[in-house]
Amino acid sequence: MDALTAVTEWFTVPLGFDFVRRALLISVVAGVACAVLSCWMTLVGWSLMGDAVSHAVLPGVVLSYMFGLPFAVGALVFGAGSVALIGAVNRTSRVKEDAVIGVVFTAMFALGLVLISRVPSQTDLGHILFGNVLGVSDAAIWQVLVLAGVVLTAVWYKHRDLTLYAFDPVHAHAMGINPRLLETLLLGLLSVTVVVALQAVGIILVVAMVIIPGATAYLLTDRFERMLVISAAVAAAAAVAGVFASFHMNVSTGGLIVLAQAAAFALAYLASPRHGVLWRGRTARRIRARAATG
Amino acid sequence: MSAAIEVTDATVRYGDVLALDAVSLSLAPGRICGLLGTNGSGKSTLFKTVLGLVPADHGSVRILGHTGATARRRGLVGYVPQSEQVDWAFPVRVRDVVMMGRYGHMGRRRRARPADREAVDHALARTRLSDLADRQIGALSGGQRKRAFVARAIAQNADVLLLDEPFAGVDKRSESHISELLLQLRQEGHTLLVSTHDLAQVPALCDEAVLLQRRVIAHGDPAEVLRPETLMEAFGIHTDGRGAAWTP
Ligand SMILES: Nc1ncnc2c1ncn2[C@@H]1O[C@H](COP(=O)(O)OP(=O)(O)OP(=O)(O)O)[C@@H](O)[C@H]1O
Ligand SMILES: [Mg+2]
Repeated sequence: MDALTAVTEWFTVPLGFDFVRRALLISVVAGVACAVLSCWMTLVGWSLMGDAVSHAVLPGVVLSYMFGLPFAVGALVFGAGSVALIGAVNRTSRVKEDAVIGVVFTAMFALGLVLISRVPSQTDLGHILFGNVLGVSDAAIWQVLVLAGVVLTAVWYKHRDLTLYAFDPVHAHAMGINPRLLETLLLGLLSVTVVVALQAVGIILVVAMVIIPGATAYLLTDRFERMLVISAAVAAAAAVAGVFASFHMNVSTGGLIVLAQAAAFALAYLASPRHGVLWRGRTARRIRARAATG
Repeated sequence: MSAAIEVTDATVRYGDVLALDAVSLSLAPGRICGLLGTNGSGKSTLFKTVLGLVPADHGSVRILGHTGATARRRGLVGYVPQSEQVDWAFPVRVRDVVMMGRYGHMGRRRRARPADREAVDHALARTRLSDLADRQIGALSGGQRKRAFVARAIAQNADVLLLDEPFAGVDKRSESHISELLLQLRQEGHTLLVSTHDLAQVPALCDEAVLLQRRVIAHGDPAEVLRPETLMEAFGIHTDGRGAAWTP
């Protein structure tokens, strides 16, 4: 068997399984939705907010199972609710925002843990926390597709306003474009994407999906539109690599997807043509050498 | 005719800090008004009050006879921020920044039409940035950065322009170029409120000047406002006769 067949089969064999195809669909769709949003998260500096929202949805997911609702309903309520709570506490107290975020999301997560310990065993804590993309139900797939569609449509429609908000909210305000509304929209979209990505990688790793692709793309370009494309491409490639590799290696899919994203980030960090650390060192050396020779 | 900018009895506090104390200011259309004052005297706060960004405890703002909100919605107000407020590493080109000035003229998706591209090209040409239009916004010198934001205001074509220290950190050539632009904009009927620390340039540029120190200390002809006696009276300090002793 030559190398080409080996490579081809590395892809074709898993594709023969229905659960792999479903996992691919979910991971790529969730990855792309998160990746697009992650560009604004990176630029506005909302990484901690992503972490907060993702943890805060836990009680919502558990309650959804308890009452037999679609998981997305509870998750959305708690995701958006915790964002609103963070905003309210932040506005009405002197405590700094990062502390407020820390208080709210850990409290929500703790509530989730307590609830889980009271629910009958059919809800698997491990699956919620770490994802179970190889075993998603039809209902979950539909929820992911619909919500990802909502996010991508909203972004397609409003991306220029969101970028204006991220770059210069004061200028938006001066032109009669309400920055508070745009902020709310961005936070709402964050809540929705977190719920989308839950199915792919689980609560613990969701935050990676809304940070890493955008941060990677930021290292690679100085143009926002390109950043969106690169970010989505990185996430899609990481999803594909993660799903196939986890099939062959029989390890956590969510873990591998995030590792693949992190590898892409590391590569960009080191070797980005314009912002890579490697070249920065080389340029500095060249300048020093030139200075030394006069 | 209604005033271009009419601030009546505005008091603004940040927590315990009283930043503006019963400030009233009326500015006729088609004039350049220099806003002078030491660091922390409330210049930026006054801009933010006119923009409706900080809530006044008290007082009101009207722009060309409209409430602030209406004026903003109609695109009557343009703003050039103090450079400290800008994220220079943001992945946008100079051209994209200037295009943002057009958003008020566009539909909901903010898709540029030929008229918008023309306005942007025109604004870039007037600020002599055409050759640098495809650079990332941070890859400009201090003077060029200022001009990029002036270009954005020109593209916006707002009647009332608020410029917060457009001359800070700018060399003589850029400075005279920006002044020339501002004078042209006035010629075209725009009203400009310009804060600056460069007193030497005020008489040539401004039709009137406001001396701000939390309150309006003086408002009138630049020569009057800059008289050593006015400055001394206002701050109770000695000047060397050129009126420069109180600037930082
Ligand atoms: N966000 C804020 N929170 C608290 N205090 C503030 C805030 N912004 C400004 N201040 C205070 O309000 C006063 C006026 O500040 P402002 O920025 O308006 O001054 P300025 O005249 O623009 O100064 P500069 O010449 O340094 O730009 C200062 O005492 C400042 O410390
Ligand atoms: Mg200021």
